[in-house]
Amino acid sequence: MTNIIETNQLTRRFNGLTAVDKLDITVESGEIFGLLGPNGAGKTTTISMLCTILKPTGGSAKVNGFDIVKQAMQVRKSIGIVFQDPSIDDRLTGRENLYMHANLYGVPSSEQKERIDRVLKLVELDDRADDLMRTYSGGMRRRLELGRGLIHYPKVLFLDEPTVGLDPQTRDHIWKYIRELKEAHDITVVLTTHYMDEADRLSDRIGIMDHGKIIALDTPSKLKETLEGDVITIKANKIDEFTALLAEKLGLTQSVIVDGGLEITVHGGKSVMPRIMEVAAANKFFIESILLREPNLEDVFLHYTGRNIRSDNTRELHGFSAIQRRKIR
Amino acid sequence: MTELRGLYTLWFREVKRYLRDRTRVISSFVQPILWLVIFGAGFGMHFAIPGVNYQQYLFPGIIGQTLLFTSMFMGISVIWDREFGFMKEILVAPISRFSLFLGKMFGDSTDALIQGLIVFALGAVLGISIDPIAFLASIPIMLLITFGLVSIGLIIASFMGSLESFGAIQTFINLPLFFLSGALFPINGPLAQGVPGWMQAASTFNPLTYGVDALRSVLLGGSYVGLQPLWVNIAVICGFDVVMIAVGTWAFSRMK
Repeated sequence: MTNIIETNQLTRRFNGLTAVDKLDITVESGEIFGLLGPNGAGKTTTISMLCTILKPTGGSAKVNGFDIVKQAMQVRKSIGIVFQDPSIDDRLTGRENLYMHANLYGVPSSEQKERIDRVLKLVELDDRADDLMRTYSGGMRRRLELGRGLIHYPKVLFLDEPTVGLDPQTRDHIWKYIRELKEAHDITVVLTTHYMDEADRLSDRIGIMDHGKIIALDTPSKLKETLEGDVITIKANKIDEFTALLAEKLGLTQSVIVDGGLEITVHGGKSVMPRIMEVAAANKFFIESILLREPNLEDVFLHYTGRNIRSDNTRELHGFSAIQRRKIR
Repeated sequence: MTELRGLYTLWFREVKRYLRDRTRVISSFVQPILWLVIFGAGFGMHFAIPGVNYQQYLFPGIIGQTLLFTSMFMGISVIWDREFGFMKEILVAPISRFSLFLGKMFGDSTDALIQGLIVFALGAVLGISIDPIAFLASIPIMLLITFGLVSIGLIIASFMGSLESFGAIQTFINLPLFFLSGALFPINGPLAQGVPGWMQAASTFNPLTYGVDALRSVLLGGSYVGLQPLWVNIAVICGFDVVMIAVGTWAFSRMK
């Protein structure tokens, strides 16, 4: 496998704030690479630099073998981008938007019609292609943007939060398209997301990003394995004392308190649960609820950062305002 | 080749969007009619230009005014594109900022030219006598005028964050340029007796002065003695266009 993207100490500062901090990542040709992290982690900044929209303040990166600063034009020809916010002309029809894109990216006129018809079919918009895009729903616009990113046969497709503000069915649909597009066009996909399930279901490899740094990078299953087992969530009174007690009696030291609940990572959670109940009963602790589950990426994030990705309020606000923006238009 | 195709597609988009916007096309009829009919009749009663009927004299000025207002207004497309995100799609395309600026500028100029042509048609309906040859000759002049003016609008818009501030700046620039262009009454030349010196000086630095003068020379024919020979007017306009295109390319290349 060859590396289609390589970054070397890639850094971006904004007036004293380091949005991306000495990033070293490699993306292999043909994979779906997910950048996962809360809002403000530096994902969009990273993508913006790789897409040559933003100049790095330090370090360097290559996309498809081209330097993102010195060979920006070649980089631009090699990539397709679907931005976080809508970027279509809604006064034009879907087909006109695609023609425009084909022309901007120098697709030969003789091939334009065929490519556009194929892409429209792929994202199932062929029956609406000649309607003005202002009559499209949010999901349809998103699909057209996805298709548009492929018209010029890019080597890498960047998707910045591809499903923000979309309803669950549409998200499911979009995921399906992304996988199909990747198969059909044999391209590399780099996506950013703060949705755990999105990263988990789509990506071959995931880089977990926080405060401008990659704090973990592996396949979703390997990342989950690093947690070594299951997660038991307990709500009980005097949670701090109880945590200390469990560490002392049962050796359960891999624990964090999140939102007043205790989360313990253990091997063989099924057999540990009854022991916990016994300790609680013997020492007069009252357990409100106890829950056992397989670890997910959320736990991985928690494990590496000590924070819950969902406790980030701005994210919800962002999703909501994104929906509003789409509705207004 | 890629650059040319990109330029073409940007031009085509602007024109298509404009033609689709019926309200914009139709509303463009109103202002020139008001100026020609009401202002022309009222002002013409108290003001005489030797050898020419005042409305006839005013007509090229109103063409100039239409080109000025619509050209400057076109800058709004930059703000819309940024507001609705489409600008990002254009900015990341593998096309130089020079082509990007030119494509948008040519497109908007074409739109402004169409507005100018509409005023010609209105003029004919209102009884302004228009020589067909003179009409054809004025088309390239109109285009040259719009290049520079559209560029100003695009440049301003590329620096403006919001529609409101763009609108405010517009009035601030449009009206002085219009009033000091000689579109309504002579500011420079033998007919401009008693016009304050500062106004004459300001008018000399106003690009529209040369545009209006060139249009008058062509449309009024021998009965009108221009401020400058036609070729000087055209040279000044071309020089202005080149400078504005250069500034515009710079303004667009710093846009994110």
